[in-house]
Amino acid sequence: MSNIPETGRTRRVAIRLVAIQILVLSLLLTLGGRLWYLQIRNGEQYTEEASRNHVQEVVTPAVRGAILDANGVPLADNENRLVVSADRTELLKQPDDGEAVLARVAGVLGMKEKDVTDKVRLCDAQTPQPCWNGSPYQPIPISDEATSQQALQIVERPDQFPGITAEPTAVRRYGKPKGAKTAQVLGYLSPVSDEEIAEREASGKPPLLRSDQIGRAGLERTYDSELRGTAGVTRHEVDNLGRVIGKAGSTPAKPGSTVVTSIDSRVQALAEKELVQAMKEARTQFDHNTGRNYKADSGAIVVMEAKTGRVVAMASAPTYDPNVWVGGIDADEYRKLTGEKSNYPLLNRATQGQAAPGSIFKVVSTAAAVRAGYPLDGRYDCSSAFDIEGHSFKNFESQSYGPISLGRALEVSCDTVFYRLAYQEWKKDGGNDPKKPKDWFFRTAKDFGLGSATGVDLPSEADGRIPDRKWKKDYYDLNKDAWCEQAKSKKDDYGTAIARENCAEGFRMRAGDTVNFSIGQGDTLVTPIQMASIYAAISNGGTIYEPAVGKAVISPDGARVKELKPKVKGKLPISRKTRDYMDEALAGVATRGTAAWRFGGWPQAKIPMHAKTGTAEVYGKQTTSWFATYTKEYSIVMTISQGGTGSGASAPAVRKIYNALYGVDGGGGVNKKNGLLPKPKTELPKINKDGTIQQADLDKKRRSWRDTKTPSAPTSTPGAGTTDLDDALPPSSSDQALAPAGGSGAVPPVLAALPADRPHRVQHARKRP
Amino acid sequence: MTSTGYSVARYSPPRSSLGRLLARDSWLWRMDWVMVIAALMLSGLGTVLVWSATRNRTELTHGDQYYFLFRNVVNVVIGLVLAGAVMAIGHRRLRSAVPAFYILSILLLGAVLTPLGTTINGAHAWLVVGGGFTIQPAEFAKITIILGMAVLLATKVDTGDREHPDHRTVLYALALAALPMGVVLLMPDMGSVMVMAIVVLGVLLASGASNRWVVGLIGTGVAGAVLIWQLGVLDEYQINRFAAFANPALDPAGVGYNTNQARIAIGSGGLLGKGLLHGSQTTGQFVPEQQTDFIFTVAGEELGFVGAGGLILLIGVVLWRACAIARNAKDLYSTIVAAGVVSWFAFQAFENIGMALGIMPVAGLPLPFVSYGGTSMFAVWIAVGLLQSIRLQRPVSA
Repeated sequence: MSNIPETGRTRRVAIRLVAIQILVLSLLLTLGGRLWYLQIRNGEQYTEEASRNHVQEVVTPAVRGAILDANGVPLADNENRLVVSADRTELLKQPDDGEAVLARVAGVLGMKEKDVTDKVRLCDAQTPQPCWNGSPYQPIPISDEATSQQALQIVERPDQFPGITAEPTAVRRYGKPKGAKTAQVLGYLSPVSDEEIAEREASGKPPLLRSDQIGRAGLERTYDSELRGTAGVTRHEVDNLGRVIGKAGSTPAKPGSTVVTSIDSRVQALAEKELVQAMKEARTQFDHNTGRNYKADSGAIVVMEAKTGRVVAMASAPTYDPNVWVGGIDADEYRKLTGEKSNYPLLNRATQGQAAPGSIFKVVSTAAAVRAGYPLDGRYDCSSAFDIEGHSFKNFESQSYGPISLGRALEVSCDTVFYRLAYQEWKKDGGNDPKKPKDWFFRTAKDFGLGSATGVDLPSEADGRIPDRKWKKDYYDLNKDAWCEQAKSKKDDYGTAIARENCAEGFRMRAGDTVNFSIGQGDTLVTPIQMASIYAAISNGGTIYEPAVGKAVISPDGARVKELKPKVKGKLPISRKTRDYMDEALAGVATRGTAAWRFGGWPQAKIPMHAKTGTAEVYGKQTTSWFATYTKEYSIVMTISQGGTGSGASAPAVRKIYNALYGVDGGGGVNKKNGLLPKPKTELPKINKDGTIQQADLDKKRRSWRDTKTPSAPTSTPGAGTTDLDDALPPSSSDQALAPAGGSGAVPPVLAALPADRPHRVQHARKRP
Repeated sequence: MTSTGYSVARYSPPRSSLGRLLARDSWLWRMDWVMVIAALMLSGLGTVLVWSATRNRTELTHGDQYYFLFRNVVNVVIGLVLAGAVMAIGHRRLRSAVPAFYILSILLLGAVLTPLGTTINGAHAWLVVGGGFTIQPAEFAKITIILGMAVLLATKVDTGDREHPDHRTVLYALALAALPMGVVLLMPDMGSVMVMAIVVLGVLLASGASNRWVVGLIGTGVAGAVLIWQLGVLDEYQINRFAAFANPALDPAGVGYNTNQARIAIGSGGLLGKGLLHGSQTTGQFVPEQQTDFIFTVAGEELGFVGAGGLILLIGVVLWRACAIARNAKDLYSTIVAAGVVSWFAFQAFENIGMALGIMPVAGLPLPFVSYGGTSMFAVWIAVGLLQSIRLQRPVSA
């Protein structure tokens, strides 16, 4: 028998043991239940959280698409620069957090050690610029100006430079072909702001990255989404300290589309040059009204295809070199561009500059008169002055032509004819006590597209202003307090007198207002692009087009071409007959009117020229010079602020542009072969099979006598990254390490040493001998 | 006296030693193999999980990804040897050595408070024994509390003097437990104190002590907790740290971060897990103390509901068998020891897994059999040896 004593096993203990067992079971069931809850019920949510935890995205920026002119010449493209960047993840693996490595990099690049470390540190609330504002997993650029020598030193000694890379990277370049900066039309890029990132995230479009650049102005902004492309993403698995422990997949970057514009870089270059020249010339002219030379502080030229509204050239002065934005603008340069002293070169005076149009507005007034029922060939008194309510409105230089037709009034730019018509209409509308006013002059101006943006594909276009009754009322409500305050002053100067008048009856459409409006004076404001589209419409028979710079968007592989067709915005509110009549009168301006002296020797029979001069007065400033012209193919409008008269300051430049367009020589002979663009280019540049875009060999004609054996191989302009070595480029570009001369086959050794799977396509252009 | 299959008179002919070992009534046959295999599976699984959790932690492994795997295997082997030794000696024969164990245990605990002790994770609970080895005397103290209380509470009952332990004996037993608990509280190793408190409760329950003691003990515990809370003995951060398991936002950089990452790791495992060595939370070292306190998160993430649920099931098997051993024990001493071990394993496993799952406050406790840690591994295997010895029901004189 066993000697084990069976003691202490009372019922109480037995029950309690069962209780313990049940308790244990329930604890385990609790755990199981909770496990099910976390893993099965909420598993997906935690899976997502886990992936957010451990996956970091490194972005390969897409190469931005090029902006080409009508011939395929790049206005904006990318050049390959050797960008030396640092990978923080690698650097932090070093015992000293990479300090020694960065010091060596600084040594090789000839930079200060502190500059390098500053660039690589991460931005936060306490860290002032320079610092890195992007993702810490993104390679941080240290320099984009490394030479191949320096790059080699880094690439060949990875042991000395862990985490440092030197790779050719596409950097925006504004090529300035033939010196055409096209600055305001192209616009510029600058880094995205936090708000934009948030906004984009909310919109559901592909997200913006902190390191992204975004088009801020001009075409870069309008076509930003087309040019941008899609960034590639490499997803890295990281640990809790942010160290990369593996790859979780990647999507390659897709380069942006190419935007082909209607700009002809040759015409653009000429327009820019002539604008500067004309302004320089104007500054040598003495202004009798102010007793000093003209200031000629700003100006614009618009060259537009008359039958499509496409912009062939658009110059704005003052201007600047768009390349200052590349690689980040520094504070000094930025101040220079935006300071008052600079007179705001970022503004595109062609679309954003507003001024009273002066006499070039008279085409509108003529149309208004016809609509109001005045016959074109009636007789209208062109007296030297016209008195309204004791106020004398004088003709320009008080000339008098006697009774003349409306056409002649246009030709000689007779103000008093239009004064009289406007005054009569004002009286018909009820004068100071209006009753259902017809307002033919205001209404016609609006029907011509004035007072509202033309819709050109350039951002922040100005509307201009038609000072009609509603505007007067709003303006009065806004300013009456200030006016009436000033009116109380005892002073007796002009300003106070105006204030008194405005305080008393500023809400009213006075006779003087309508009279001034009829000759494009007073509070009227227009932009050069508005006037160009009006004169283009007169040229083409009355169709107002939406002006456009962009002509086509071509996908990076060249497979998809989206043509941007001219858009009709409206019709001029005039009959064919009125159009023809005005056409003739405007031709008269060029042959025997105010602009005749500037078009001496013009082959009018072959290329009928139509023009209208304008000299607008601005209170407290010198006169604005306006010159609006058109032929069958083009309309050109030019203006110079504080530049003098229309024919005096602007006409020579416009004439020179026409000479170049059509190949008109000094003696009036026409050799269309010498013309840059006798007919607007309708077809798009040719797209090669590989998706690159051919650059038309525009210099062939003029070069043929020099070297008939020049290979006709066209310079190719790939959608992404091109190296065009035009003679207009600054010489520095030719010693860029990564502008290899494709013909010689000599690839710099550093290129061969670099990884081939770079995120962008690089096409090397052929440099002509 | 009931007659069972194995308590028969020895009148069979003498057998060879191998024959004796394989005979139906041999200790090898009568051992609780189900429990041993479940516990071995837990330790084996634990070794793999420890490896997965540590192979990337170069700052801990000195570059050898098998560093912890190897050490864990050694720990398990030592644990098995200790369990075998305890089983061979037998829990009854150890009874006489219990006072010595108790004094040794108190000395070791006391040594921790001297400069010999070292602090890990805020608890001054480790004793440096040289050669890079540390031991955690509190783990052994859990066993000595069980054994010590069992000896005190069972003696008069097992001799048949009384039906249940009298009040004075219960008071002595509580005092016996209070001493090591007080020292551990000073370290402070709150997790071990909690386990010891539950062990005391389990021991009292199994001893048949009057209900008043049981209710009184629970009441004292609750009242003490409320008192500590109300009197502001603890700083707010300590309270937050305690409560952070329920609301990680209370301590987002500390315990809140741990529990949150632990929950993400387990939750993202899903049904089948991400595969061994493929857990992103584990590989990325997002969960701290993953080879010890948070080992369960590795199972949850890499083996999923199936694997982690299986782990709980294995613990359930061990506990179920231990409960059976307690119920089948022939004397009160054995009953108390078995029930004490059950309370210990059950609560420690519940607390450890519960904190990983975010339903228990975070306390530094290893998961029995699974977590990396020498002392803990030795202690649980010694306990297994005790349970097996109880199961064998060998007479003291054998």
